[in-house]
Amino acid sequence: MRPSLVNQLRVLVPVKRTIDYAVKIRVNSDGKGVDTNVKHAMNPFDEIAVEEAVRLREKHKDAITKITAVSAGPAKTADVLRTALAMGADDAIHVEIADNSLGGPLEPLGVSKILQAVIAKANEEEEVGLVIMGKQAIDDDASQTGQMLAAMLGWPQATFASKLEFLGKLEKGQEVKVTREVDGGLGVVKTKLPFVMTTDLRLNEPRYASLPNIMKAKKKPFKKYTLGDLGLEDAAKPRLETVNVKEPPKRQGGAKVESVDELISKLKEAGRI
Amino acid sequence: MILPRLAASSLRGASPLTRAATAAASSSSRTFATSAARLANSLLFLEHKNGTINPASLVALTAASKVGGDVDGIVLGGDDVDGVVDKATKISGLKKVHFSKAKNYADNLAEPAAPLLKSIVESNNYTHVFAGHTAVGRDIFPRFSALIDSSQVSDIIAVDSEDTFQRPIYAGNAILTVKSNDKVKVVTVRGTAFDKASEEGGSAEKAEVKPADAPLETEFVEEKLNVSSRPDLATASRVVSGGRALKSGENFEKYIEPLADALNAAVGASRAAVDAGYADNALQVGQTGKIVAPELYLAIGISGAIQHLAGMKDSKTIAAINKDPDAPIFQIADLGLVADLYDAVPEMTQKLK
Repeated sequence: MRPSLVNQLRVLVPVKRTIDYAVKIRVNSDGKGVDTNVKHAMNPFDEIAVEEAVRLREKHKDAITKITAVSAGPAKTADVLRTALAMGADDAIHVEIADNSLGGPLEPLGVSKILQAVIAKANEEEEVGLVIMGKQAIDDDASQTGQMLAAMLGWPQATFASKLEFLGKLEKGQEVKVTREVDGGLGVVKTKLPFVMTTDLRLNEPRYASLPNIMKAKKKPFKKYTLGDLGLEDAAKPRLETVNVKEPPKRQGGAKVESVDELISKLKEAGRI
Repeated sequence: MILPRLAASSLRGASPLTRAATAAASSSSRTFATSAARLANSLLFLEHKNGTINPASLVALTAASKVGGDVDGIVLGGDDVDGVVDKATKISGLKKVHFSKAKNYADNLAEPAAPLLKSIVESNNYTHVFAGHTAVGRDIFPRFSALIDSSQVSDIIAVDSEDTFQRPIYAGNAILTVKSNDKVKVVTVRGTAFDKASEEGGSAEKAEVKPADAPLETEFVEEKLNVSSRPDLATASRVVSGGRALKSGENFEKYIEPLADALNAAVGASRAAVDAGYADNALQVGQTGKIVAPELYLAIGISGAIQHLAGMKDSKTIAAINKDPDAPIFQIADLGLVADLYDAVPEMTQKLK
C-alpha cells in the first residue's frame, strides 16, 4: 500500500459482463428472459472505459497510481475483470453475487450503491479520484449507472464523452474539459476532479490484450467481496419486477423489386412518396 | 468490424448452468404493496432549446397522459426562458407549468437540474416523472432518480398501466414488460413510440419555483451543432441513410444528399459510414446513435447489422438498395432493390425530381 501523494490519482473502472454484441439473442419460451447460454464478453462501452484509463496513464505516467477494475455479478464475471487486467488495469474487485440470489437482475440503482460502497472501501487504502465507465450496457440498454453513481457520490458527471482533456496535472480539484456527444452535435463542458465520466463509442479504440499480458493478468491482485461485506444485502435487490420478455413484432420483409421504376411506383402506391 | 474487440477469447465462455439459473431467477415471485390506490399525478420535464420545446417532450406527454391523472410540466432555463414558459402553458394536456430561472439552468446540465426536480417532486407528491429519452433526458434523469432512490425505467415504448411499462432491451431484439414498485416512478420515453401532444389549445397555469442550491462544479463551455436545412433526423417523416458502400464523404454528399433533398428527407448514416468519416456522428442511426421511426426509411449501401436495425426497424416502410442480395437488410426491408447504388441512386434522384 503506497501512500497517496497529492498529485496522484486512482482511477476506478466499472465493467459489466454482457452477452456478446454479435450474438443474435433468443427470447426464452417461458417469456421471462432471454437465453443466456451464449457467448459473453465485456460490455463494449466498458472496453472503451478501460482503454481510456490505460491511455491516461500512458500519457501522464506516474500521475495515475492505480487503475482498479470492478464488477458485480456471478462467478463468471471474473472473466471480464481478467480481461480488464490484461488490457492494463492494475487490480480488480469482484463483488460476487450468485445467480438467482437477488430474485431478479441487478439494476443500475443497485449497481450504483455497490460501486459507492466499493469506492468507500477502496478509499481506505487509496482514494479514488476518477471513475470512467461505459455510457450504457448493451443488455439492459438503461444508460443510468454512471449518472446514479455521480449523484450518490455528490460528484459532477460528464456523460457520453468522446474526448477528455486535462487542463493541468492530475490532482483533486483539477479542471478537465470533456467533449460530449449530444443530440445534434457535440457539447463541451468543464468540470473538476473527482468526477464520473461515461464513455461514448468515439472516445477511443480499445486495444487487444496480448497473450503475455493475459498471462500477467492472472497474477494481478484480485479482491472478492460479497454484498454482506459491503452491507448491501437488501439495498442491491431489484426494485422492478419483470412481467414478461417477448419477441418484438416480426417484420414481413424480403420483397424484392427489379428496377428503380418499380421501387418508385411501389413507394408511391404505399403513399410514402 | 462494428465494435472493437479483444483477442482474449480464452477469457470468455458461457456456462451451461447460466440458462437454468436465469430461468429460476425470473420465476421467483414476490408480492408488493400496491400504489394503485393513489391517483396518478405526473410531472413532465420540458426540454427546450433556442425557444423551441423538444418534440420528444411532447411525445413523453402523450405517454404520461396514458397513465391517467393530472400532468404538470417543468421548464428550467436562464433569464430568457419566459417565452418558452408561455409556449409550454399552451401545450394541450398540461395543468400547471412550474418554471425556475437561474444561470446554471440555461445549459441543461444535470448537476443543478436533478436537485430541483427532487425538491419539486417531493413538495408536490408527484407519483410519476417523465422525460424524453434524449441526450439531455438520459443525462439528467438517472441523477435525479438516484437522489430520490427510485429505479428508473428508461426508453419506454408502451404504457400498460400506471406502474407497468414496455421497453426494448438487447438492442431492440426483445421487449421487456416491467412493473415499477417505487413510490415515484421515473420514466424516460422513446421519442418515436407515441404521437406528439399538441402545442395548441392548452391553458396551464404558471408557477415559479426558487432555484435549488447546487454546487456548480460543471460549467458549459460551448456547443458545436451541425447546421442543416433538412428535416431533423429524429422526427423526419422520411430518412435516406447511407452506409459503408458509399466509400467516401464526397460520395455521401454526391449520392445520398441529393436523393434526400428530392424526397424532402433527413439524412442518416450507419455506424460504419460515421466511423469511416463519411458522415457526421450526429447522423448515426442505431443503438448507439439516433432511434428513428419515419414513414419511409431508405437504406442505401447498408448491410443491416443488429446495431443499425435497432435504430430504424420501427419505420413504417423500409426500402433498401444494396448490391449484395444476401445483405441482412433485405430480411426486414419491405422493398428491396439489388443494384449498384452508384447507378440506382442517381437514377432514382433524377426520376423523383
